[in-house]
Amino acid sequence: MIRLTNVEKTYDNGTRALQGISFEIADGDFVFLVGPSGSGKSTIIKLLTGEIIPTGGRVMINGFSMSRITDEQIPYMRRTVGVIFQDFRLIAKKTVYDNLALAMRAVGATNREIRGRIPYVLELVGLAGMEKRYPDELSGGEQQRVAIARALVNNPDTIVADEPTGNLDPNRSLEIMTLLERINALGTTVVVVTHEKGLVNHFDKRVIMIEEGKVVGDGMGTYEVKE
Amino acid sequence: MKHNFQYFFKEGVSNMFSHGFMSFAAIGITVACLLIMGTFSLVAYNANENLADLQRENAILAFVDENLDDNAVKGLQQELECVENVSECTFISREEAKKDYLEQYDDNDLYSNLDDDVFRHRYVIHMTDPGQMLATKELVEGVDGIAWVRADEAISNGFVTVRNIASVVSIALIAILLIISVFIISNTIKLTTFDRREEIAIMKMVGATDGFIRWPFVYEGLMLGICGAVIAFFLQWLLYSAITSGIANSDTLQLLRVVPFDGIWVPVAVIFLIVGILVGVGGSLTAIRKFLRV
Repeated sequence: MIRLTNVEKTYDNGTRALQGISFEIADGDFVFLVGPSGSGKSTIIKLLTGEIIPTGGRVMINGFSMSRITDEQIPYMRRTVGVIFQDFRLIAKKTVYDNLALAMRAVGATNREIRGRIPYVLELVGLAGMEKRYPDELSGGEQQRVAIARALVNNPDTIVADEPTGNLDPNRSLEIMTLLERINALGTTVVVVTHEKGLVNHFDKRVIMIEEGKVVGDGMGTYEVKE
Repeated sequence: MKHNFQYFFKEGVSNMFSHGFMSFAAIGITVACLLIMGTFSLVAYNANENLADLQRENAILAFVDENLDDNAVKGLQQELECVENVSECTFISREEAKKDYLEQYDDNDLYSNLDDDVFRHRYVIHMTDPGQMLATKELVEGVDGIAWVRADEAISNGFVTVRNIASVVSIALIAILLIISVFIISNTIKLTTFDRREEIAIMKMVGATDGFIRWPFVYEGLMLGICGAVIAFFLQWLLYSAITSGIANSDTLQLLRVVPFDGIWVPVAVIFLIVGILVGVGGSLTAIRKFLRV
């Protein structure tokens, strides 16, 4: 579960990115986090991935309090959150299998566990048999699927996707979003940050709208996103 | 989490080869730094040994009481050898002393009529620690049958001072070279890790602990350090042998005593290995520190 209560974040340069934000995302939810550029979406992502800590309020992520978390606890918190980025962030010199294996080894998985899990996850994202390919041998949509597979491979409670379709054409974007919806159906909480109005409106999901560091809308259905 | 040595070591070695040029640069700089430090240290060591030899040659002369008979004079040898700090004690009769004296002058005729009695029987005493000349002189003076003792303390103290200054200067220069080496090697390894910052950031993002990220770099630094140390050791050996034979064949420098490499290769190898590993691992750890702050 993710719970933000009166969260404030002011950067060292004085920028007030978040101004008393509160919302809760229950286990198994699918949520779109929308808003214009500079609204504070990226700051929320950074809070959810433990890159920054709030300057005020409380952030609870899968049982970890981000206001009190120690440096030693952060890796363990991150293992509960799979992150997907717009630019995929795959390691170019490693194969698809090795990119996924790295994520599993990082959490102490054995070779046997790795061999058993990777084919299953690749099949889930529609990339069965692509283990030996390198990222630059794949299309953008396939690379994003590998990134999703990497986020999933350690069976996290939550997946946070930061503009996951920003580099993809509309058809591939829809495929990726459908895949995330399928993953959500299997029980994983999914938080998607986007400003693609068409995609948000295509899925009948909860939408949290952020503007100038505040929540200005939170509800089910479609939203008119200001460009 | 269990230390997965096989994985970390394999990753470290594979990183070393996949960033071949930068690894080559890091090893090259380690070799250069070790060679400079090693050569300087060996020159300083040999200079110190030569100074020590000269210092040892500055012996104490103990002149024997003229009233003693020959047996008593010879008996003094054992007594003098028992004095603390005396390493070697050689008897020189007045006849030998006269002969030595005359040999120092080309114009022997001037002293040809010199009577043996002008000279005294004496003992030439060498010390274990020439720095303790004054104390040893006092002990020798206390031996019955020794009339008086001559010890050139000024020369001895001069050697002690020169050796002390040389030691301090050598240690300071070696320390400065070591710091410069660590700095250069750390920056070289920093360059090798720079293009891996994205990889490190991804590992952090998936929940890798700092230890998990660090270990392959530690093994990589270890391997770079060992490679650098081994290469530097063999080059040092070649260089030292070349210098040694150059000195031996030189008309002017052959008076210098060069310690054979056979006698010092073990400490040189151990020091090179330790310094190589320290700068390799230390350089790696320093280099990745800032990339771990994600």
